[in-house]
Parts: sequence; C-alpha cells; structure tokens
Amino acid sequence: MKFCDFVCKEAIQADLTSVSKETPAGQIADGDRDSIIGAIMKREELGSTGIGRGVAVPHTKHKRLDRLVGTVGVSSEGIDFDSLDGEKVQLLFLLISPEDRPGDHLRALENISRQLRDDTFCRFLKQAKSAEDIQQLLAEADNNQFVS
Amino acid sequence: MTAEKSERSATGEVTVINEQGLHARPAHALMMCASGFQSNVEIVKDGECVDGKSILSLLTLAAARGTRLVIRARGDDAEEAVAALTDLIARGFGEDGGGASDGTK
Repeated sequence: MKFCDFVCKEAIQADLTSVSKETPAGQIADGDRDSIIGAIMKREELGSTGIGRGVAVPHTKHKRLDRLVGTVGVSSEGIDFDSLDGEKVQLLFLLISPEDRPGDHLRALENISRQLRDDTFCRFLKQAKSAEDIQQLLAEADNNQFVS
Repeated sequence: MTAEKSERSATGEVTVINEQGLHARPAHALMMCASGFQSNVEIVKDGECVDGKSILSLLTLAAARGTRLVIRARGDDAEEAVAALTDLIARGFGEDGGGASDGTK
C-alpha cells in the first residue's frame, strides 16, 4: 500500500501548532469529527501511538468507511505525545479504517514504518514547510526514491 | 587467536492469532517483552528478518492473523526470550475476548 492509496491530500497539515496532544487530531480530522476524535483519544488512553523517532500513528475505526483513509501532519516544534521514547512528535500519520479490514491497517502501518526507517525521508518530512512539500515527499516515497 | 565465546541461541515458531494482527499495540508489547532480555532478538516473516526490539521494524512486517513468525534469540537468556515472546504472540497479545473492539459488523 502506498501513501497515495490512503492519504487525503486536502487534509495534510504542514504546521501543526498545538503543543497539546488533543488538538492535532482536531486539526486534521474532518467529517464526523467529534466521534472520530473521541475514538482516537480513547485509543491513545490505552497507550500512546507515539512509536518513537518523533512519529505517531493515531488511529481508529469508523463504521461508515468502506476504505482506509488517512492524512499526515507535521509539527516543526514537536508535540508532547507521551511517546514510547519520550521524544516530542513531529510527524503524525492519522489513520481511520473500516471496521472489518485489519489487513489494510497493517499494510498502511507497514508502508509508514518502512518509509520512516529512511533517515532522509524522515528528516525532509520534519522540515516540510507546506502541504505541497509534504505531498511531494509522499509522492517521492511512493516512487521508491527513498527506500534503497 | 580467535577463541570465540560460544553464545547461546534459541529459535521458536509461532502463529499470530489475534484478529488485528501485529498492529501498533502488539508491536509495542513485543518490543517491550524483547527489550526485557539481554539477548539479540530477531523476528522473521517469510525470510524477512527484523529487530525484535524496534517497534518501527516490527510494524514493517505487517503480520496479519495466521502469519507464521520465527523468533530467533542470541545471548545468555536466549531460551527465556524465545519462550516469553512465543507465549506472548500465541496468547494473541491479550487481545480478542478482552473487549478490544465492540465487534459490530
């Protein structure tokens, strides 16, 4: 699965300004905002999705979706996210899945984690100044320009 | 003079049984469990081998329910590490039946 298969370009945020864990989801989720944000926050209570290296993958399921959707948010200053390694989060990959497709969620996580293992991609993404920059980087990642 | 110290190693094989597979939370549990041992831990899926102590690496496996995983450990507590990790995976990481989802289809 590639970024272009699930990332909603319109929802990409280059400058997440919040310093609290609750607001970024509010800035990037759209549609059934309250229920989705509530579910994402509930998931975070079970354990932070800040998986380390300045990355978080907040996620939830939603019964009205028929395919996995997601978006990307970047915070240059970093967000305190109770990450597993204690680092502030600069890259957020928000994922919302249909209820019955655990495989798609795994493949989206696979793509995100595979790309993020590349330090160059990670660094460029953290430095991205606009949604267009982010979109460009995701497209380059989709074209295997980072993974050797 | 290359008097190499013989190192203990162990291998185990286990199937992922929880419905959601190896997503973020189980990957974290696996990483935490592996990190509790001094041994090197590798998780292998279809020949692809990743560091069991790196959540980012574990997530690249996209190990869905039914996936066979090989656990390899090398170090003084290798057997204990493999036993603990295979047990954790075989128990479905404590998911399913633990009220992990509301189950509405």
